[in-house]
Amino acid sequence: MTEEPQSYSAAGEVGQVRLRRSYGERVWIALKKAPISAWFGMIVIAIYAFVAIFGPFLAPYGEAEVFAKADEPWTMFGGNPAHFFGTDQIGRDVLTRLIYGARNTIGIALVTTLLSFLIGGTLGLVAAINRSWLDQFLSRGVDVLMSIPSLIFALMLLSIFGSSIPSLVMIIAVLDSTRVFRLTRSVAANVVVMDYVEAARLRGEGIGWVMRKEILPNIMPPLVAEFGLRFSFVFLTIASLSFLGLGIQPPTADWGSMVRDGSRFIQFVAYDWTLALPSLLPAGAVALLTVAVNFVVDWFLHKTSGLRDDH
Amino acid sequence: MTTDTDNRGAKGDILLEMKDVEIDGFSDERWHKIVKGVDLTLRRGEVMGLIGESGAGKSTLGKAAMGYAQPGCMIKSGTIMFDGIDLMALSETEKRKLWGSRIAYVAQSAAASFNPAHRLIDQTVEATIDHGINGETEAKTDAVELYGSLQLPDPENIGTRYPHQVSGGQLQRIMTAMAMSPRPDLIIFDEPTTALDVTTQVEVLVAMRDIVEKFNTAAIYITHDLAVVAQMADFIKVLRYGDEVEEGETRQMLSEPKEDYTKTLWSVRALHKDESPSEDIALSIKNVDAAYGNTVKVLHDVSINIPRGRTVSVVGESGSGKSTTARVITGLLPPMKGSIEFNGQPLPAALKDRNKDQLRRIQMIYQMADTAMNPKQTVAEIIGRPLEFYHDLRGRKRDGRVAQLLEMIELDDSFMDRLPGELSGGQKQRICIARALAADPEVIICDEVTSALDQIVQEGILKLLLRLQKELNITYLFITHDIAVVTAISDEIVVMFQGQVVEQGLKSQILSPPFPDYTQLLLSSVPEMDPDWLDKLVDERS
Repeated sequence: MTEEPQSYSAAGEVGQVRLRRSYGERVWIALKKAPISAWFGMIVIAIYAFVAIFGPFLAPYGEAEVFAKADEPWTMFGGNPAHFFGTDQIGRDVLTRLIYGARNTIGIALVTTLLSFLIGGTLGLVAAINRSWLDQFLSRGVDVLMSIPSLIFALMLLSIFGSSIPSLVMIIAVLDSTRVFRLTRSVAANVVVMDYVEAARLRGEGIGWVMRKEILPNIMPPLVAEFGLRFSFVFLTIASLSFLGLGIQPPTADWGSMVRDGSRFIQFVAYDWTLALPSLLPAGAVALLTVAVNFVVDWFLHKTSGLRDDH
Repeated sequence: MTTDTDNRGAKGDILLEMKDVEIDGFSDERWHKIVKGVDLTLRRGEVMGLIGESGAGKSTLGKAAMGYAQPGCMIKSGTIMFDGIDLMALSETEKRKLWGSRIAYVAQSAAASFNPAHRLIDQTVEATIDHGINGETEAKTDAVELYGSLQLPDPENIGTRYPHQVSGGQLQRIMTAMAMSPRPDLIIFDEPTTALDVTTQVEVLVAMRDIVEKFNTAAIYITHDLAVVAQMADFIKVLRYGDEVEEGETRQMLSEPKEDYTKTLWSVRALHKDESPSEDIALSIKNVDAAYGNTVKVLHDVSINIPRGRTVSVVGESGSGKSTTARVITGLLPPMKGSIEFNGQPLPAALKDRNKDQLRRIQMIYQMADTAMNPKQTVAEIIGRPLEFYHDLRGRKRDGRVAQLLEMIELDDSFMDRLPGELSGGQKQRICIARALAADPEVIICDEVTSALDQIVQEGILKLLLRLQKELNITYLFITHDIAVVTAISDEIVVMFQGQVVEQGLKSQILSPPFPDYTQLLLSSVPEMDPDWLDKLVDERS
């Protein structure tokens, strides 16, 4: 023991030994350890994103192009080789509609989710920092909005404002931002009481700085996880609204209205099973993306919350 | 009691023998050595003090004495013999039979160790009944007796309360009663008084020592406070980096430590500063009353003068209003009554009414450096922000100044892109000091800045603060409950009790008799290195 240097030096004090890795390296290590389900989710999301972005180049025909008659799918069952999944009841190519549908459904869901996070996140942070009448006002307002079943509320508002895409986005974003507000406010409330936030306020920093630089980076993990979940919900809400005829309007292709259009033929499936395809394919696309997003979110939550199944 | 006292060995028999114990801990994806082959022998009725800085492995070794390795740790090799039983060879179930019956453990945080939903007495006797050592009625009668001998108020009825209905010091004593209830052969005390005030600490220490003596129980006492260990232990073992530095009989260790490292531990409290009076008042608060939520009044008519370039220490136990005073000065809690003057000018009461320059001149350093720094910002960002904000320094100029500040706090610019999680406790506190310095302040409020640190690190921080004061003529308002720190660095002392100022004056005046009652109690409660200190104190007070 005597060979240990006895003089004290602050820089030499033993800190936590942690290897410094660049951001890229850390991401790569985390990815390597990701479970198969997360990988599956990520690959599926990547494919969807690719299809949504390059839709017009991939689609064999125009979005609302009508062909002569309804065709059966798949050549091997006697269908028309020009229409891989066949055509729908008014003769539109199902594959083309699916590809354009990805673009519209996912794009609108993404914009809506981003908007709901912008509204809910900002107000939630303000409420958590402010803690005065403003917090009460916002929180009680959110309570009122949340007490009305959101799908019914959305239907009501859509019939008031008309079902254009901007009003659809706005209405769902506002209704969904209530959940984001609740989450942001509660996680931010734990960070607001930290000494470093107090130190920033003592320095005289404005609320904008405190929100962006002191609180936001420390509440990111739950928010990112919530973003994934919210996206799934918004996506399903839009699909269900379209199914009910109040969402995205024809001739714009989207998966919800495709399910609705195709659903009329479901009862004839006993005579020809391929008739189910025009509605089952978009329904399957919705389901697959929802599952994929949830896989990724689960993995992310698991990782950031520090939960471990083993040991 | 049952007759198991009869089959105990006599005093002086070897109870616990640990040989060449090595313990590994898992972190950052690899195994580190925490304890590197330490021997420990404990006889019946003896108290062994384990001391060392944090990370010395003292807690891990203490737990290993029970044959227990906390999650993420592993006892790799060595032998642990407890009263002829090889603990290493026992299964978990067999060990669990020993724990809580023959070996008991008293943790640092009593508040976290009790179940808030059960009555205290039920928790006190739980282990005794579960292990079948005693029936419920006998165990409870015995528990009441234990409460009595631990000097708890109203021993008959205190057990019917819930944990939140008693004070921290009482809870710690009840935990000792819980450990004592099955009459164990060995108790492990893991920093049992670290979280307590000095005045409460004395009561708990006396109670624990007496009861250990009364039942002739062997104990391992883990602490980083030398003065405490001097009162409690027969032998002291000094640990560092998981290795034994030296071991010896308490008196001998205190009077003539052999190793250099032990000597540095012993000499930490020798820091001293000569007081110098000054009439040039930088900051003063006058007749301040303050309350939280307009209901609980915490400050009553508090007036404090802080002379420029001096250190004023505010002392008192927790709840005495020390930290509230700091909040009033910083503007976080505008007072109900009274005024704050800064350089002779009135200072707006509320934070939002103060201008940038007024904010810049008063800076604050916190107790917990961990929570005082944003874990997502690098050192350069943390120190650089006040430079940008107050002095409008940007880019290379800012980085240059950050490097200068790092040098002032005895670190170097290699720290610039580290995150707080990559620093040790002392380094974190230094970064907090640098952040305060970056503003170029006149007054720095230090709220218990050293109480979360080890003795050696503490000394380093205090020396740094003193040096900076000399170089930059900074005024400190030093809030602390540690009298050793107060005597080391202050010019003036303010004693507070229940929201009122008991005394204010130069250090020499306050620390010499005659004392007001409360000052007397506070000063006499500070443990001294003299092993007879506690006995003398008990004699004086009874």
